[in-house]
Amino acid sequence: MTAIDVGSAGIAGATAEFRTCGYTGLKVDLAAQRLIKANAVAAVIFLLLGGLMGLLVALTRWPAVHLLPAEWFYLILTGHGANVLLFWIIFFEMAVLYFASAILLNCRLATPKLAWLGFALMVIGAVLANIAVLQGDSTVMFTSYVPMKAAPHFYLALILFAVGALIAVGVFFGTLVVARAERTYEGSIPLVTFGALTAAIIAVFTIASGAIILIPTFFWSIGLISDIDPLMYKVIWWGMGHSSQQINVSAHVAIWYAIAALVLGAKPLSEKVSRTAFLMYILFLQLASAHHLLAEPGMSAEWKIVNTSYMMYLAVMGSMIHGMTVPGSIEAAQRRNGFDKGVFEWLRKAPWSNPAFSGMFLSLVMFGFIGGISGVVLGTEQLNVLMHNTLYVPGHFHGTVVAGTTLAFMAITYLVLPLIFQREIVWPKLAQWQPYLFGIGAAGISLLMMGAGTLGVARRHWDLTLTDAAHAFEYPPAAFLMMGLNGLFALLASAGGVIYILVVVATVLKGKRLDTADVQPLTFPLHQGAKTVSEYGSEGTVKLPGTIVLVGIFFAAFVLYYFVNWKYLSDLWLFR
Amino acid sequence: MAVTPPDQKIWWNEPIHRLELGWIVIAFLWGLFMFFFMIAWHFIGDQNLSTETYRIQPSAFEAKVEAFAEQYQVGEESGVPVVRPPAGEDVFMLARLWEWWPVLELKKDQSYRIHLSSLDWQHGFSLQPTGINIQVHPGYEHVITLTPTEAGEFGVICNEFCGIGHHQMTGRIRVVE
Ligand code: HEM
Ligand SMILES: [Cu+2]
Ligand SMILES: [Cu+2]
Repeated sequence: MTAIDVGSAGIAGATAEFRTCGYTGLKVDLAAQRLIKANAVAAVIFLLLGGLMGLLVALTRWPAVHLLPAEWFYLILTGHGANVLLFWIIFFEMAVLYFASAILLNCRLATPKLAWLGFALMVIGAVLANIAVLQGDSTVMFTSYVPMKAAPHFYLALILFAVGALIAVGVFFGTLVVARAERTYEGSIPLVTFGALTAAIIAVFTIASGAIILIPTFFWSIGLISDIDPLMYKVIWWGMGHSSQQINVSAHVAIWYAIAALVLGAKPLSEKVSRTAFLMYILFLQLASAHHLLAEPGMSAEWKIVNTSYMMYLAVMGSMIHGMTVPGSIEAAQRRNGFDKGVFEWLRKAPWSNPAFSGMFLSLVMFGFIGGISGVVLGTEQLNVLMHNTLYVPGHFHGTVVAGTTLAFMAITYLVLPLIFQREIVWPKLAQWQPYLFGIGAAGISLLMMGAGTLGVARRHWDLTLTDAAHAFEYPPAAFLMMGLNGLFALLASAGGVIYILVVVATVLKGKRLDTADVQPLTFPLHQGAKTVSEYGSEGTVKLPGTIVLVGIFFAAFVLYYFVNWKYLSDLWLFR
Repeated sequence: MAVTPPDQKIWWNEPIHRLELGWIVIAFLWGLFMFFFMIAWHFIGDQNLSTETYRIQPSAFEAKVEAFAEQYQVGEESGVPVVRPPAGEDVFMLARLWEWWPVLELKKDQSYRIHLSSLDWQHGFSLQPTGINIQVHPGYEHVITLTPTEAGEFGVICNEFCGIGHHQMTGRIRVVE
């Protein structure tokens, strides 16, 4: 972090080149623009690779298809986790950080050279990790729990990737400092930048945990350290693994706000509440590994309860607040735009054919209903025993990180393409359907894996029939049905993913250029008829009945599902 | 807007929307409730995972399990001893690549102190179709007091990835009236 000193940034400042954005009239630093493009392109390539692997995995878990042989299944599953959860998401997040700093603050990027170094390290790490996995002696899943051992260059690859990401985060902080020093904005940073800052701060903690555990593990793999305690490994590994999910949440919530603002002219009901909710992510990032260790020996019940909840689920509360303020700000904006009839006209007449908006709203709803609720249930000390390591777990996090984060990233892409790549989106009709296809597919695989997990089906498991097992066991027929349907929804999600990638690639290569002089300067918000809200202050006077109904439904679902699981638990054998 | 600096420099002075305030209060109280419910379950519930754990060398654990199996063996099933310990007794099950060993025969409504540990990698003790899932580590002996409440044949499936034989790793617990 401290490597970014304003002095060297000042020298770069002398040479920074800008263009003026045809839409917003803002200054855009060309170095930042190039870095955003590079990171976004890398992200999409790893999504393609990882998504394909996800499809292969799902097709193998579809009993009637059972595509891959066992060895390949485990290998490809390792690759799937690494490529989508680490490489796709984190490359995209780096693009988000550069966008939220240099572009939104109207500023030049601090030390572009260093940023390129970070990017290069990340690319090398990601490629090396894929090589290690495909060579076949690193089939350890992306969690690489010891004492199972991968090839040394697998750990090395992850370390390189993390160092690269740390450098990029440093450049982000540096850019904030430059913007402040050069007074490129007035007052406080925008809410979206604030959210990105939250993500960046958590990223530092995350990468530090990663270094603390992966570096010794690397030494262990080359024989310099004789032994790594498996429990200690998990505590620290999940210090990285869980906090990185909090980065994703901060980033995609920032994107929700950004899209609501750019498309509808929405502004937060109150900056104070939204910003405080972001701060809660940093302050109450629980001793993050705790809820991954609820079924583990050797951890006290007090430790588990306190660290999963910090007395009252403060980080969950942060998300619940965003889950209300984002639709609330959209409702307020839409009512001001004139859609003021009844409870839901604002929602019915929202720009559902704009993929940025539809993707964002689906992401919001599914993150809350599927990922959020199941996450709290899974993270409850006693309830965890019901589904620890079953397919319920991947079901839950496909609700958070696929239906939530990935879909939000896809949605913002439809704004990044015209704004940063300066290309008009090709095949707008196809793009219009993309969020629905992907969203429904992602919701389907999440819910069906959760369902199969509730019936006991193990995660990371090649053979639902257990035919080669020493002692036969049969899962209930419903589990087979669900895994078949899971395959169908995986096809749907993959179709959505493929369309996304096709649209992005075709737009980047062949889309009509928007940087020529004859482009009509468009004004944001894009949604026809939206007027930017000019006066500030909380939208205190606006009534928001639609949002009240939405959060009411959410809360009822949450409470109901929570108690259903306690009922399940109370039917189990007794243990203490 | 969320993409531009707040108009009011000192954003923490602004008013809060009434709906926001109401929702914050609800979320706060619900969080508090969920926290206390976990604690309450330790008193009112019958399903709380034991935290009794000892460090042990895998070889020492293996010796204990073998002695246990020899003492109470009543038969054999797919080459694995079937062991029927007396009710209330200490019971041992080990995980290794790729089996749960031995087969246990327990009595319904009797309590047993089950000792779990692994000889090599991590494994996942998944008792089905009941749905009790516990992580098993090498070097840690985890003791759980278990009371079966239903009779029948139960599978122990490994649900922590443990290499190429992971999907062949099953065990059995039989509960008799
Ligand atoms: C076409 C879309 C996708 C499909 C069909 C899909 C399907 C699956 C399936 C079937 C599993 C295996 C569950 C198991 O056997 O344990 C899995 C695991 C996983 N997926 Fe996906 N997935 C998709 C996209 C994604 C995305 C976009 C992400 C992350 C952003 C993601 C993250 C993961 C992770 C982290 C795992 C766990 C790997 C492990 O257990 O080590 N998936 N996915
Ligand atoms: Cu195993
Ligand atoms: Cu296993």
